[in-house]
Amino acid sequence: MMRLTLRVWRQPGPDARGEFRTYIANGVSEHMSFLEMLDVVNEDLLVRGDEPIAFDHDCREGICGSCALMINGLPHGPKRATTACQLHMRSFRDGDTITVEPWRARAFPVLRDLIVDRSAFDRIIASGGFVSAPTGSAQDANAILVSKDRSDLAMDAAACIGCGACVAACPNGSAILFTSAKVAHLGLLPQGQPERDRRVLGMVRQMDLEEFGGCTLFEECEAACPKEISVENIARMNRDVLRATLRDRGQVPVEVAGG
Amino acid sequence: MNRLFALWGTTVGKKVAMAATGIILILFLVSHMISNVLIFRNPEHLDSYAAWLRSLGPALWIARGGLLAAVVVHVIAAYQLTLLARRARPVAYARHEYQVATYASRTMRWGGLLLLVFIIFHILHFTTGTFHPDFRPGEVGRNVVIGFQVTPVAVFYVVVMLFLGLHLSHGIWSAFQTFGLNHPSYNRSRRLLAWGLAILVAGGLATIPAAAILGYLK
Repeated sequence: MMRLTLRVWRQPGPDARGEFRTYIANGVSEHMSFLEMLDVVNEDLLVRGDEPIAFDHDCREGICGSCALMINGLPHGPKRATTACQLHMRSFRDGDTITVEPWRARAFPVLRDLIVDRSAFDRIIASGGFVSAPTGSAQDANAILVSKDRSDLAMDAAACIGCGACVAACPNGSAILFTSAKVAHLGLLPQGQPERDRRVLGMVRQMDLEEFGGCTLFEECEAACPKEISVENIARMNRDVLRATLRDRGQVPVEVAGG
Repeated sequence: MNRLFALWGTTVGKKVAMAATGIILILFLVSHMISNVLIFRNPEHLDSYAAWLRSLGPALWIARGGLLAAVVVHVIAAYQLTLLARRARPVAYARHEYQVATYASRTMRWGGLLLLVFIIFHILHFTTGTFHPDFRPGEVGRNVVIGFQVTPVAVFYVVVMLFLGLHLSHGIWSAFQTFGLNHPSYNRSRRLLAWGLAILVAGGLATIPAAAILGYLK
């Protein structure tokens, strides 16, 4: 059993002033996940009539992208390719002091304690992260061929769970790794070609409108990403921006675009 | 033109502008380095090279205007991106650890500012002679030799060249990324080119003030 000192960011609401508060976590098993450890601390707070620490969580198996904790200055904590919910307390030592903060970005305002509003990501996806689907009867599953290497690259990019660790880790507060993963996973596939130019221009525009910073290639995002999304996707997106800038003919009238 | 302005309006486009102007400035630096090390053969070599440059007349002014424009665009884009980055994180972390960011990548902004100050000083030092103890127009080799006898100035030049090397290594590496060139099959060559060019240019230029400090340039 471990005894830990937690320095946790507490903020009652979006416009309220926040501050760090110190809690002692007793009886922490090394087999607990980081979130289970917070659950134990919260039960203790409830018993004492204190407000529990608010944090985002859902699947707790590393695939939903809900958990978003800056742990000791690293998004999702010290373990590579691991979300906070999959981080086990054996990564820490008895007597450690752990600093827990929310993601810090203008585009991710704090809602409460460790919970931030990540709907900026949703708006980036809505601005281009879709493909047109034909109506009528379904075609043969193998009618559109995709090479193995391209499908692998597209799958690697599609592994992004949108947790925001890339933004949290970036000294510029840039969302370019997230945006490029979304641009790449559709742009690499034949089904994503019709909207390819408009998708990349729309998503980059929305990314900038949300007031994320620009990329200066620190590559901190790739190191922090729990799904190990590669910065190669950023190059892929930059290439698509240049290509679309040269090729795009502007908005296609609906009458022409309709099937 | 509208497309260029639309591109400039995005954070990605500003990086494209920085990469494109960066390449122009690197090409200049390569030629500047090669012509400057001529001083080790004979200081008068620099005089004849300078005379040839001046004989180009309007072409020289076009080149100067192009370089100035490249610097201006590079600096404006860097300034705007820095402001956007500051704006993007209004509340700082109590604790923030770097995992992989290189020293070169982390000194791009302050290093770039140092380079800007240096460029202004350098022009006032060797082009206009304002900061030179005994400036004689046209006698370039002699001006360099005498200018670097002031040890603090020569040391300043060497230190700035160190930062130039760092700036170029990350800048060249990043320019590939900006133009969409990042692939496991050539990233090793890309790293080699970035460091090779950085060391060649910055190292080559640094040899001149360094030689003066060590007493080899009199």
